[in-house]
Amino acid sequence: MGFKTPLHDTHVASGARMVDFGGWDMPVNYGSQIEEHHAVRRDAGMFDVSHMLIADITGPRTREYLRHLLANDVVKLKDSGKALYSCMLNETGGVVDDLIVYFINENWFRVVVNAGTREKDTAWLKRFAGPFGVDVRPRPDLAMIAVQGPQARAKAATLLGSHAPAALELKTFFGRELGQYFVARTGYTGEDGWEVMMPVAEVAKFWADLKAAGVAECGLGARDTLRLEAGMNLYGNDMDENVSPLESGLTWTVAFDPPERDFVGRPALEALRKNGIPRKLVGLVLEDRGVLRGHQKVVAPGIGEGELTSGTFSPTLERSIGFARVPAATGETVQVDIRGKLLPAKVVKYPFVRNGKALI
Amino acid sequence: MSSIPADLKYLDSHEWARVESDGTVTIGISDHAQGALGDLVFVEVPEVGKSLSKGGAAAVVESVKAASDVYSPLSGEVIAANDSLGSAPELVNQDPYGQGWLFKIKPSNSAELGQLLDAKAYEKALEAEGH
Repeated sequence: MGFKTPLHDTHVASGARMVDFGGWDMPVNYGSQIEEHHAVRRDAGMFDVSHMLIADITGPRTREYLRHLLANDVVKLKDSGKALYSCMLNETGGVVDDLIVYFINENWFRVVVNAGTREKDTAWLKRFAGPFGVDVRPRPDLAMIAVQGPQARAKAATLLGSHAPAALELKTFFGRELGQYFVARTGYTGEDGWEVMMPVAEVAKFWADLKAAGVAECGLGARDTLRLEAGMNLYGNDMDENVSPLESGLTWTVAFDPPERDFVGRPALEALRKNGIPRKLVGLVLEDRGVLRGHQKVVAPGIGEGELTSGTFSPTLERSIGFARVPAATGETVQVDIRGKLLPAKVVKYPFVRNGKALI
Repeated sequence: MSSIPADLKYLDSHEWARVESDGTVTIGISDHAQGALGDLVFVEVPEVGKSLSKGGAAAVVESVKAASDVYSPLSGEVIAANDSLGSAPELVNQDPYGQGWLFKIKPSNSAELGQLLDAKAYEKALEAEGH
């Protein structure tokens, strides 16, 4: 048995199929994964994301510390509550993890990192803390629910009482502490919605109240198809410690300006840029029927080979989509080896789907 | 608890076989298998006329999360395949022992039938797997 979130018994009571995910016993679906997917695209769905690690970083030099630790630049965070997506890199330019950082005030930033990497990340965050005198405090006392979909905010706001107006005023990619809740207009689905952090003791009631408000219970299965359609990377699949963000479709998250900012991994990325970046991450749509999966071989005729990093059946597009790391010179079409047959796939710009609409 | 019809034969890899009155055998995957796979999105059935051997890979069922080979419970020649699964793979989820059948064969060695599990033995095999 793996680690359990505070909602574990709730999931089991709801008939969820539980699976191991990075050492955590998590719901993969509560019945039909495809219906859960559509609930998020068309109405509202919720995910238990309490397995992710929330950590508070405090101290007067927190911003300076994060400017050194993260590949994206928290100097962009000017307004209280603003969030930023970033990678943490190692010295060779590989990705230790990807995370969201919220700027609460000059003495307090909050990060949310992946579940499977929480021990490693905590050690990494602490390793660089000393010289900046910041305190890194994991918050296992907090649970988190992601409520996502076009009707998610309206439905969830009914649970927030007097805090509802302030929560509904939050702009995209902003979070705010509201009483016992920290409500953020962020997510991993390509839909509008919130991620709500709260004390562990409150989360079972919050989940039950959301369900009563008409929010569908959704498992990690739907979370994966939603994030893939939304063109969002999954740590451990699409990038890891052995590959740089520049070859993972994450160049947009690396702030090379100003040139004097010294962040962990910068020299390795600069060297890579100078010598030429050999590979790139692309979106693929399978032309034929079949399903793209991680680790399938990709052939770019006359150019070279690559590999699927993620692949699935897209319930919105009713076709198979995926990400592949391929030679930089790869053009508009490739072939994917599916059980020994080379099937044609089109290279496309992603996201594939955003706010309920197909983009390809 | 998944459904395990008493009149069918099974493999512990979760295929079922039904002997029809004309001696042909219809093959599909069990209710347990469809539940474990989740929503099916793609089914590849064998071509009519293809010769299958017992235990050999005969079809592929793919759900949102994974692809699985389907093994033939018996040796024989494929005489029909369920083409409606091409546009409606969810039939396997909705009706695994009925409209969700995968293919039919004309068995070449009737002695192999006796080597298959009956419903009771398949239920035991599921229990042993921890379900």
